[in-house]
Amino acid sequence: MSGALETNGLGKQYGRRWALHDCTLSIPAGKVVGLVGPNGAGKTTLLHLAVGLMAPTSGTITVLGAGPGEGPAQLARVGFVAQNTPTYAGLSIAKHLRMGAWLNPGWDGDLAERRIEQLGLDPRQKTGSLSGGQRAQVALTLAIAKRPEFLLLDEPVAALDPLARREFLQSLMEVVAEHGVTVVLSSHLVADLERVCDFLVVLVTSHVQLAGDVGELLSSHHRLSGPRRDPSSLPASQQVIEESHTDKQSTLLVRSDGPIIDPSWTVKPVTLDDLVLAYMGQARDTERVPHQGLSVIR
Amino acid sequence: MIRFASLQFRTQAAVAFGALAVIAVVLGLTGPHLVHLYNTTVATCGAHGDCASATATFLSADRLLQDLGNVVIALPAIVGIFWGAPLVARELETGTHRLVWTQSVTRTRWIAVKLGLVGLASIAVAGLFSLMMTWWSSPLDLVNGNRFTSVFDQRGIVPMGYAAFAFALGVLAGVLIRRTLPAMATALGGFVFVRVAVTFWVRPHLETAVHATSVLRMTSGMGFNQTNNGPLSVTGGHAGAWVFSDRIVDSAGHAVGGNFLSQGACLQSRSSVACIGKLREVLVYQPASRYWAFQSFEMAIFLALAVVCGAVCFWWMRRRVS
Repeated sequence: MSGALETNGLGKQYGRRWALHDCTLSIPAGKVVGLVGPNGAGKTTLLHLAVGLMAPTSGTITVLGAGPGEGPAQLARVGFVAQNTPTYAGLSIAKHLRMGAWLNPGWDGDLAERRIEQLGLDPRQKTGSLSGGQRAQVALTLAIAKRPEFLLLDEPVAALDPLARREFLQSLMEVVAEHGVTVVLSSHLVADLERVCDFLVVLVTSHVQLAGDVGELLSSHHRLSGPRRDPSSLPASQQVIEESHTDKQSTLLVRSDGPIIDPSWTVKPVTLDDLVLAYMGQARDTERVPHQGLSVIR
Repeated sequence: MIRFASLQFRTQAAVAFGALAVIAVVLGLTGPHLVHLYNTTVATCGAHGDCASATATFLSADRLLQDLGNVVIALPAIVGIFWGAPLVARELETGTHRLVWTQSVTRTRWIAVKLGLVGLASIAVAGLFSLMMTWWSSPLDLVNGNRFTSVFDQRGIVPMGYAAFAFALGVLAGVLIRRTLPAMATALGGFVFVRVAVTFWVRPHLETAVHATSVLRMTSGMGFNQTNNGPLSVTGGHAGAWVFSDRIVDSAGHAVGGNFLSQGACLQSRSSVACIGKLREVLVYQPASRYWAFQSFEMAIFLALAVVCGAVCFWWMRRRVS
């Protein structure tokens, strides 16, 4: 296994509460991964474990084949943009770039300065006086100018207005295209990630609910509608993720690797949004039944 | 890392060392005046026979600057509150630890450099300030005598130990509590408690006190003291020594009551051989010559406490903080 991120039974406990529980996940290199889940699902915990900001309570995690934050060399290979894109409010952009140069052996000073210039930012400006979108761009600049192989971003666009959001994701995609880094970015909204990610991980109530290549996920899930019937009468190869019924009609979201041949169904493709909501809903339902926490992985 | 730590610290350092420079100029200008005053009043008072008033006049000179000694006492606490407590807590509060700990520098190296740089600066500020005050007040201290209690903690090398400990305690409080303001309050409380505890419970026992019994001889500056008709004791004398007790006993070793002085030969002259010739003085004290040993021991105690706090910081940062 040579994934960018591999976890096995990973768990993190705060007091008596598990922020992340029994998480087994493999993220291949070279992907742009969307990590989606409601607030408090454990996204931040997973990312912090991956960059070595915290240590797991149980299980194992490797990033690029090594323990997270295991030493300066490992730290240099992984870039991180934390939630709310923290910077030193009292220091100017130029000083942040100097910090980057001092603290990272692989620092690309030209890249950093060029990006700040392209963004139209004054390097002498203190980051405390920047807008949220500008600060996020500075944080992204710091993370990419260290030239990591793997870049993780924790809700980078959550606090941004729609325009800043689009600009931020655009510049992120330029970086991916230019340097070919593996990227994981988290969000509680799929819509933010839909256009950029090609691999999806859905995290709900501290469990991995779904993980897979976006193309494969979309082609293996179908929205079925037809006359009302009991979902348990479906073939075993069709797994019901979500169901809703009226008196006469049933609407199902099923997972099936083969085509749906039953002529009584009207089959429609699903959107990523549908998919994520369905799996989140499923997680909420299984939550009521004990010992079924980790229901579907791939 | 050291360059980045300096970049973050330079404003605070500039304020501290700037203030120190101003104080140095003021003390440098007024110091010679104090020496001159000493030479013209206290040093020659014997000839005029007005030593009591001369000493009082001299000791009240430059009161305002003498009070800088209190600033030397307060400085370590200030360092602990404003340099120590926020060092890590401010980063944790603003989330910038997630920025700096994901650069290519390990967390242990980060905390080691920060502790080292700001810690050494704390020691330097306290040391230089104390050095200046020690030099400036040396004529005053000569007159004041006992340097073990009143001015011990604002002179010499102990302020460096205090500053190191206050700083490390502040950092530790910040690491454990993770919030600046409560960490500041805790650091202040902890520092004051340890300082008081060492001053009253540890310092007197740093070396075994000398017990000396000798024939009572009254010299200038000495007097008798007695409370509520209790046993008689001696005050004054023993310049520079830290006297714990100074009792008077008779030749049989019994305490001497106050009515002794209102009897027989003592009615004529209390310091005559006829009055006190048979009395002995039982002295328990730390000799003046131990001053620098005491300074060294106390500084070592606080430096050791600082190292312990630093080590706990280190350990906790590695294991627990995220």
